[in-house]
Amino acid sequence: MNPELGQIALILALLLSGLQCVLPIVGAWRGSKPLMATAPMLAVGQGVFVALAFGILMWSFWINDFSVAYVAQNSNLDLPWFYKLSAVWGAHEGSLLLWMLILNLWTVALVAVLGNRLPQAFFARVVGVLGFVAFGFLLYMITTSNPFLRLFPVPANGADLNPVLQDPGLVFHPPTLYMGYVGFSVAFAFAIAALLGGELKSTWVRWARPWTNVAWGFLTLGIVAGSAWAYYELGWGGWWFWDPVENASFMPWLIGAALIHAQAITDKRDGLRAWTLLLSIFGFAFSLLGTFLVRSGLLTSVHAFAFAPSRGIFILVYLAVVIGGSLLLYALRAPKVTGGKSFALASRETLMVIGNLMLTVACAMVLLGTLYPLVGEALNIGRISVGPPYFGPLFMILMTPLVLALPFGPLSHWGKADLKVWTRALVRIVALAVAAGIIGFVLGARTFLELLGITASVWVMAGVAMFALKRWREAPRGKRYPFEMLGMMLAHFGIGVFIAGAILTRSMSVEQDVSMKPGSNVQVGSYDFHFNGVTDTPGPNYHAQQGTVIVSRNGRQVVVLHPQKRTYAGGQVQTEAAIQAGVFRDLYVSLGDPIGDDAWSLRVYDKPFVRWIWGGGVLMMLGGFAVVLDRRFRLKKVREPEAAGTQPDTGAPRKLAEGQT
Amino acid sequence: MNPVRKRRLIITLLILGAVAIATGLSVFALQQNMTYLYSPTEVDAGKAPHHGQFRLGGIVKEGSIHRVPGSLTTDFVITDRFQNIPVQYTGILPDLFRVGQSTITTGKMENGTFVATTVLAKHDETYMPPQVEQAIVKAREENRIPKTAQGGGAP
Repeated sequence: MNPELGQIALILALLLSGLQCVLPIVGAWRGSKPLMATAPMLAVGQGVFVALAFGILMWSFWINDFSVAYVAQNSNLDLPWFYKLSAVWGAHEGSLLLWMLILNLWTVALVAVLGNRLPQAFFARVVGVLGFVAFGFLLYMITTSNPFLRLFPVPANGADLNPVLQDPGLVFHPPTLYMGYVGFSVAFAFAIAALLGGELKSTWVRWARPWTNVAWGFLTLGIVAGSAWAYYELGWGGWWFWDPVENASFMPWLIGAALIHAQAITDKRDGLRAWTLLLSIFGFAFSLLGTFLVRSGLLTSVHAFAFAPSRGIFILVYLAVVIGGSLLLYALRAPKVTGGKSFALASRETLMVIGNLMLTVACAMVLLGTLYPLVGEALNIGRISVGPPYFGPLFMILMTPLVLALPFGPLSHWGKADLKVWTRALVRIVALAVAAGIIGFVLGARTFLELLGITASVWVMAGVAMFALKRWREAPRGKRYPFEMLGMMLAHFGIGVFIAGAILTRSMSVEQDVSMKPGSNVQVGSYDFHFNGVTDTPGPNYHAQQGTVIVSRNGRQVVVLHPQKRTYAGGQVQTEAAIQAGVFRDLYVSLGDPIGDDAWSLRVYDKPFVRWIWGGGVLMMLGGFAVVLDRRFRLKKVREPEAAGTQPDTGAPRKLAEGQT
Repeated sequence: MNPVRKRRLIITLLILGAVAIATGLSVFALQQNMTYLYSPTEVDAGKAPHHGQFRLGGIVKEGSIHRVPGSLTTDFVITDRFQNIPVQYTGILPDLFRVGQSTITTGKMENGTFVATTVLAKHDETYMPPQVEQAIVKAREENRIPKTAQGGGAP
């Protein structure tokens, strides 16, 4: 298939997205049903063309069409087929196309699920806002980052995909992360549509909630996948580096977590309307900022591609338009749509507000640390880097109130103070956490960090367990755990698991860099590592030096590990760590360099509980997904026959008459 | 004051207090934990901290990598084509560490040698930290680098 067709498809998609941005919004403004009715058609049409472009690029990779510059730079005849296909998003241009494709997936899903269930004007505005987002990105792609550029003369073979990216991580990490990033555009579009339309009720928040939860679930999965990938592929055995690009994905995650809770309050108690609107805007703004930070090459990072100033400036302008425009709209219209009930000080709302506050402040803290080097450079203060010593302790300090308050949120009542509930829960949770600490101590935990990890984790889990028990006793059978509640419990329990993993890995890991000759042993923790030397092993598109390490404990063999040092065709070297993964500990060996006399340097780790970090993340993700299944979010088809002209009776928001604005 | 107002006042005060504490902590932590990046020229001119930790960026000088036999210690020289700084590192070097590679090391000066605790080499070969690139461009303008010294990238 012809790559130029892909180019044409992108241009057509751009035109459609322009129309999708203008026609439905004008239609909603003028009350024109035919114009509003264009929304689903334009959205689907745009989706078809972007999918076509994506398919053509993928096809070019599949048939090794090196006349396409992007394919020539990122693929190779010897590349295994699954990496050929995922190489589509292995560099700048293609990853933008993936971004676009996923935006269209979300939009089309929105059309399919809510197309005839929402009031037409509101839905038209939502689709219009998504059209605006798509227009900006398509324009950016076509003007600065065209993936279909041709290359003459056509090279006989491609330059190969960066070896770091030749990993299953590439197949999963970018798509799931983008599902999350881009998914926040839906909550954003709902908020902007509500502001544009001057929605007096906050019913729209209930429609938006499932989408926010799914997006956050995907973002969690994407971050978990990225963290696990860095853990085994970069060969350092760390799982989080506070790298600018990690921070770029973490900021929308923090805002997203806050938004999920704020939306719940607005949905159920009609409070915090203004805050929910603001978080919806910021959630997506941080997604855009993340894309900008990663793609502009301004920051030094694993993800930074070569810097092209025009690209950076375009995204910066786009960012300014989207964020500035939304905030301006917010300032103008928020007083109209906000309001709602207030609540007592010791209520569930207060605890959720505290949580929200800590999450947003943590996000601000991460933002400050991430951007400070850029600011410092711009102001000529010097070239600064801000690393883990800044982020780590501050994040722990900021999360302490959140973790302390977390068990009490679900246990307390909406709207009213009940200190007795709190004191009773407090006594039990403290008792459980202390008991866990004592058990940990008996089992051999001695350092402060280890005990802290155990108690903090049990603190959170005990809260979830008590809530589960309370529901079991008080709620009628069959209504004990609706999906919304189940999602909350899963996610909160996941936080407990994560805390245990993060703190225990940090305090209990044994990490050693050693030099070993074949036949020699090294003792790490309670494990004995026996090095059997290095042999040459061919791979599909690389040549590997493969070490053999026999791990035993108390004289009994546990596992044989084969860490590799791969040399790819282009001369790039890539270390592949060998990991024995387990629920309670990972044994991790990676090869360093030959250091003479057959000896090699090796990195040998014993990492207890490291899987719990990602296990916790996966539980949080499941929590986000489970919420969607709740009956609360099932909408009837509310679109009345066009002629009736009355308001739907299901509590859909009343529109302000447009003349009043 | 009516109860609603009182409650709002308390909540607002709580929020302001939390934000103030967080800002204070952040600024304090930033000041404590920033590490500055210096080029060998700047280090030679005495601009870098004499005792504290900083980052040294440049490229690994040709023919300067020496392993101390039987140990994990490696000696090499970081250069920006104006000045050279000897570096000592004990541990496993990253995959892309080699002669001519742009590298950022973190550590401190001890008796004229930069003792590094971490060594980073860029994973993307065509990519160079902007800071190092500036120094190299400056060096090239003054004809200190032969054109061939730069590694190849994508076609």
